[in-house]
Amino acid sequence: MAMFSVTTQDFDKTVLEASAPVLVEFTAPWCGYCRRLAPVLQRMSADEGMLPIAAVNIDEEPALAERFKVDTIPTLLVFRGGSHGPALVAPATAAQIKEWLASQEV
Amino acid sequence: MTEKLWDVVIVGGGPAGYSAALYAVRAGYSTLVVEMLSPGGQMATTNAIENYPGFVESVDGFELAMTMQQQAEKFGSETLYAQVTAVQLAGPEKHLTTTEGELRAKAVIFATGADPRPLGLAGEDGLRGRGVAYCATCDGGFYRGKTVAVAGGGNSAAEDALTLSKLCEKVYLIHRRDTLSATRSYLKPLEKAENIEFLWNKQVTGFEVDGTLTGLTLTDTRTGEESHLPVNGLFVAIGRQPNTWLVKDQLELDRQGYIVADESCRTSQPGVFAIGDVRTKPLRQVVTAVADGATASKYLEEYLNGLD
Repeated sequence: MAMFSVTTQDFDKTVLEASAPVLVEFTAPWCGYCRRLAPVLQRMSADEGMLPIAAVNIDEEPALAERFKVDTIPTLLVFRGGSHGPALVAPATAAQIKEWLASQEV
Repeated sequence: MTEKLWDVVIVGGGPAGYSAALYAVRAGYSTLVVEMLSPGGQMATTNAIENYPGFVESVDGFELAMTMQQQAEKFGSETLYAQVTAVQLAGPEKHLTTTEGELRAKAVIFATGADPRPLGLAGEDGLRGRGVAYCATCDGGFYRGKTVAVAGGGNSAAEDALTLSKLCEKVYLIHRRDTLSATRSYLKPLEKAENIEFLWNKQVTGFEVDGTLTGLTLTDTRTGEESHLPVNGLFVAIGRQPNTWLVKDQLELDRQGYIVADESCRTSQPGVFAIGDVRTKPLRQVVTAVADGATASKYLEEYLNGLD
């Protein structure tokens, strides 16, 4: 499943109203740690059965960051049926992301 | 079932790890790097490295990390993305348990690096990302136009203060002594930055919180007098702690927790090496980390030859 970017305009349609769960990453170009995470998400997105991954650039979409109370990046949220589960902030390992996904049964 | 027996497994894919991989694989050894996130370690969050030889205009740490990985893999080194959760280092065959399965190796090189050291104050963990941060180049952007403080007096504190002075309205540099231990090249730009104010002989001893961080309690290190400093953010830069919990019962560590090894990078356990920031050494830099990687390969070769 490929990664795509999402904006304030299309967030409701592509994420909230999506028929299947979506992993959303809140990120920004200046965020050094987000750059380290990018290849991990890239790798994971190629895994079979991985849910789609959407990126929100909080510099361009501050309204989305505000709406979901994201005050640290990278923050990851899984959206399903219009709401989201617990946030994962700046995971230190890829294993942590997998564990967090598993805990949400996705 | 028997997994492949690697000549060498390298734990950690920072500059030390991939340099060791480059040298080991070129010496003809089967080489696996186990990396828990993505290449580069601490280096990957440094936007501009100005003291790595060969780059007049500085080099981006993330790009350099990716290049080091590609270079090692060009010669046949491999990478497993996993976290090592347990190791068994005694004897001629070493065992590593990872989140992606078991590994066997004749030799193991630890290049697990170090992480920023927390202040160790009550409530600090809960304030991570709510006003307390450990990486100015990572989180500085959240404090644009705000007032922040940097705790520390070494190179990373100086660098953080300079980075933040370009983004923030005001930056306090809080240090428990009355002079910095940072390299001289930082001092001039620090003094020139009009929005940086030094607070000497002060230590952060408490947080003031209203949802997020609103201020700090400072204690004068000479008089013990307490004061209050309103800030929106605190960047902690008081040094690093080595990532050695995996090996603490199997390798000799120094008082700060670094793996004891001289320039040969040989640890207290035969066939186990320590390179980069995790090793006892006087200067922790990218250039000394890559040097360790190369040096370790020489003693790795000596060790593996001795096994036959």
